[in-house]
This record gives sequence, structure tokens and C-alpha cells, in this order.
Amino acid sequence: MKQSITLGKVTKFMGLGFLSTFKDLFTGKLEKEDFKNFLRKVVVPMASILLFIGLWFLGARSLYNVEAEYKIQKALTDQGPEAAEALRACIASGDTSCQPNTLPSPSQVWDSYMSLLKDHQIISADKAAFAEKTAALNEKRIANGENPITYTGRPSFVDQIFRSLQTVFAGFLLALLIAVPLGIFIGLSPTLKSSFNWFIQIFKPVSPVVWYLLVFMIVKTLLIDSNEDSSFTISFISVGLCSMWATLVNTAMGVSSVDKDYINVAKVLKLGPFQKVFKVVLPSSLPLIFTGLKITLSVAWMVLIAIELLAQSPGLGLFVWEEFQNGANDSNAKIIVAMFVIGVIGFLLDRLMLTIQNAVSFDKTDAI
Amino acid sequence: MNTVLEKNRVNGYADNGVFPSSQVMLDLKKLKKVYPTPKGDYVVLEDLNLQIKKEEFVTIIGHSGCGKTTMLSMIAGLNEISGGHISVLGKHIKGPGPDRGVIFQAPSLMPWMTSLQNVLLGVNQVFPHASKSQRKDIAKYYLQKVGLEDAFHKKASDLSQGMQQRVGIARAFAIKPKVLLLDEPFGMLDSLTRGELQDILIEIWNKEKITAVMITHDVDEAIFLADRVVMMTSGPRAKIGDILEIDFERPRTRKAILEHNDYYKYRKHLIDFLEH
Repeated sequence: MKQSITLGKVTKFMGLGFLSTFKDLFTGKLEKEDFKNFLRKVVVPMASILLFIGLWFLGARSLYNVEAEYKIQKALTDQGPEAAEALRACIASGDTSCQPNTLPSPSQVWDSYMSLLKDHQIISADKAAFAEKTAALNEKRIANGENPITYTGRPSFVDQIFRSLQTVFAGFLLALLIAVPLGIFIGLSPTLKSSFNWFIQIFKPVSPVVWYLLVFMIVKTLLIDSNEDSSFTISFISVGLCSMWATLVNTAMGVSSVDKDYINVAKVLKLGPFQKVFKVVLPSSLPLIFTGLKITLSVAWMVLIAIELLAQSPGLGLFVWEEFQNGANDSNAKIIVAMFVIGVIGFLLDRLMLTIQNAVSFDKTDAI
Repeated sequence: MNTVLEKNRVNGYADNGVFPSSQVMLDLKKLKKVYPTPKGDYVVLEDLNLQIKKEEFVTIIGHSGCGKTTMLSMIAGLNEISGGHISVLGKHIKGPGPDRGVIFQAPSLMPWMTSLQNVLLGVNQVFPHASKSQRKDIAKYYLQKVGLEDAFHKKASDLSQGMQQRVGIARAFAIKPKVLLLDEPFGMLDSLTRGELQDILIEIWNKEKITAVMITHDVDEAIFLADRVVMMTSGPRAKIGDILEIDFERPRTRKAILEHNDYYKYRKHLIDFLEH
């Protein structure tokens, strides 16, 4: 019995059910009784987005005015009325050299977004040209056993997004490899549980910054002979250690709370420990393990920004920090762009985990 | 009541060691179960003696909380024995094992496995030297026997309660246990489904003749299925109160039994016991 897979099922499965309403809208399948549904799922969210942008616009404009007035007053007291008049004119003309530095408006953020994309296109073209130019030379160098010449130019915003995703996935994988097996052992044995409990309770609330410092101390010494940049290693290990606790606790809880009936079946059938774990315990605790993994991934993505910033590891965190230090005219707008990008990617990562969870676990009603 | 007890003692059922030992499959001797509580020990079962013959079907009835399930899970090895002992074919049991198959009150299937995988889980364990296809054949045979030939590859979570319990029956018979323990297996089903499953159970049992001990609340079910109905006294310190031999011929049909002259006599006997 093969079930047909429709777009609607796929989107619902991925937790993106609201998209199917749009599909119905365009294929004309919308019935009159669906109108209420349409109102609730499309019109109201749209209105809330518009309201958000409107409030943002108004807030940004009033902050802009406060900042501008302050600047002019300062010029007046420091440099006299002439300078103040000149500054007022300069601000009114929209000249970038004298704009007040405050919360950017929605349109400024949109412009920055477009300019970041353009910047990416320029850098990509530059990279491609570089690769073409050095292709022949690199082949020769590889043949001679030398390191090929690599592009060392500035990374674009998109490059930094991918770099951040790499770091977060490396950290997530580390968390998974440590927390799931450890959680299984802790869940299976009450002795291990009581001996590890203090450890979990103490380390769970430790802040990302402290984890970073701890990892930094250790990795710096371990890689003392290496000339390579250790910032990536340090940041992904810190991300992993910060974020693994939810998975560890949930796995241990899932494993220790397997339905007693299943355990009795395993006992009556005299399943060996290996079979008991892989055929009974793990499958039945998968929903909880995945809930833990979902939290881990979102925590990993959240702390990543702070850790990249500290570790000076390339990525969105460093991008945000550099823009803040930079203090250029459009820096604030770029920071807000990064904020939205981080939010959207976080949301997509969550949906990705939900999709995997739905695909592998038996209990489909559990997915939130 | 006393006269009944007296009569049975003469017949030898309430006492120990009456059957020749070569006929005894399951032997409970001076069985005791104590749960320690802050207010002192709570004695659930005390001095409980019961012998069950090979190829015998015994049902156990008694009031809720009298310790029936405790006794059954002690036989299964899932509950520790506080005193006395349980032996299967003369050997004292130690913990659970596949020589004592259990059909639980809840179907207790692994919901992420198909019905075939659920049955295979046990079969693989009990016949490790059989080839993969042989083991599959065994599992399929028993699933067919319970009427699930169309649902081999259905996930257990997609089956109805009744169908799940059919898989539970197939799983228990497929491991070919020496003793089959049934803990109110049909208690959660509606009466129509219950009747169907009783028929299926008795049909397979007629073929396999595995010594069976079944707990039930249902007087009619107890009579229909059993060679002997064991009545337990109310707890604490529950023990065997009375044993009733059901003298119907096998194979039985529900219709023939309902029309049998002795049926209402048996029924009255059981209800009298339960109401006093």
C-alpha cells in the first residue's frame, strides 16, 4: 500500500502546514468555509508583520530625531550656531557623512541587505577569476607536492553564513556523539545516574562565555605545536559543550522511563543487553531524544554568535562584532540584517530537525 | 462453602503432591509475597499451594487486588518471590525466561515494529540456530493462526486493540513456551472482540496444548476456557480458596457449552464463591 505524496502532505510533515493555504489560494481550491481559516492563517499573520514593520519604522524615526537633535545641540554648544546650522542642513540632505547613528529604519535594513548580496556577487566573481588565474599554477604546485595558493580575500556575508553553519553543525555533531551515548548509559544504570547527577547539575548552567574560556585554555595547550588557526576548533567544541546538556538530560530521561511493559517483554524474551538497547530502549526513547536534539541545535545556534565573536572565528558572530566596531554609516543596518538572517536560519534548522524526527520516530503525535 | 472445600480436599486438588510428579508442569509451594511498607510488612500471598498438570488450562478468578496478578508475575519471574518456591518441570525458576510465555493485559507490542517484527523478536531469541527464512515462517504461521495474514507488515501502532492482542497471542505461542501465562488478556476489549479472541485462543491452544494459566474477571470466560477454575480468597494473605473442575469435552464450542446442563451449576458455584 503506497501512499501518494502530495505537496500538502510534505509541507505538513515538515511543520510548514501554513504554506498549503497559499497553494490552495493559487489553485483556486479555496471554498467559502475556508475563508475563516484563510483569515486566521494568512491575513492575521500578514497584518501582524505589517504592524511590526510600522512600529519599527515609527520607533526608528523618533530615535533618529532624538539623535539628530542631540548632535545639533552638541555642535551648537561646542562650535557655535554656524556649525549647528551646517549640520542641520547636512542631516536634512541625507549626506552619509553626518547621519545620526541609531536604530536603522526598515528601508535602510532592506538596502543593506541588497548591498550585502551585491557584495557577495562581486566577491564570488573575484574568487572565480582568482581560481581561473591560479588553476594552472596550482596544478603544478600540487604535482610538486607544494600547497596550492588559496584565495585570501575578504569573505562575503553569504560565505560567513556558511561558515557559521559549518561551525554549528560540527558543534551539534560533537554534542550528539557525546550526549546520546552518555545519556543512554546514565539512563540505563541508576548507579551511573546518581554518580553523574552532580556533574550535570553543575555544568548545565555554565554560560557559553565560560565554556569558551575553558575550551580555549585546553585547546591552546593541546595545539601548541600547530601553526594552524585554532579558532574554528575552539568555537565548535565550545558550541558542542554548551548545547549538549538538553540532549544528555532528555536521552537519560527517555531511556530510564521506557514503558514498563516493553521492559517486561524484553525480560520474558531474555533479550541480551545489546538487543535490549537497540530493539527496545532506543526506539521507544527516540521522541524524547529528538526533543533534546532539537533544543540542542537551537541552543547551539544561539550561543554560536557569542562564541564566534569571542573566538574571532569567521562567521555571523564575527560579522556582527566587526560591523559594530566598524561604526560605518550602514553598520547598524547590517547588524539588523544579520539578526534577521540568524532568526530565519534558526527557524529553518528547527523545521529540519522536526522533519528528521517525524521521519524516524514512531510517535507522530508527539511532534510540536 | 466448607463442604465444597472438604470435597475438593478429598479429591486432592487443594493439597500438594497429589498428582504423580511426572504429570506436574507447574508447582507452587508455600508461596509467599511480602511488600515492605513503612507501617510494617504487607503480606499479599501466604502459604499458597497450587499444582498444574501438563497440558492443562487453568483459569484463576478472584476479587480485584487479591493478588492474582502478583502471583502470575511471580510465575513469570517478573516479581520476586518472598518465600516458598515455584518450579517448572521440577526445576526452580530463577527470573524470567522464554520457557514461560506471557500475554499481558495491555498488548505490549513495540509500536515502532510491524506485527511480523514483533513476533520475530521472540522467535529470533528462542530459535537462534534456525535459518532466517525458517524463523520468518514460524512467525508468519502463528500470525496466520490468529487471522492476521493480511497485516504482517502493518505497524503495531496502526492496529486496533483487538488486532494488537492477536499479535500478542501469536508472539506468545510462537516462542513455544512450556507454560503460557495470561494476565487478563481480554480485559480491555469490547465483548464482541473478546469472544472472537477467546475462540482464536482456544483454537490454537487445542492444537498446541501448552499448559496455560489465565487470570480473568469474567466467570463465563473462566468456564469456557478452563479445565479447572481456581478461586482465590481476598487479600491480604490470599490463598487458594476453592478449585472447580470443568468437565466439558474438548474441543468446545460456545454454543454447546451454553446449552450444557452443568453450565449453570458451575456458574452458580463460581458466583457463590465470589459473593461470599
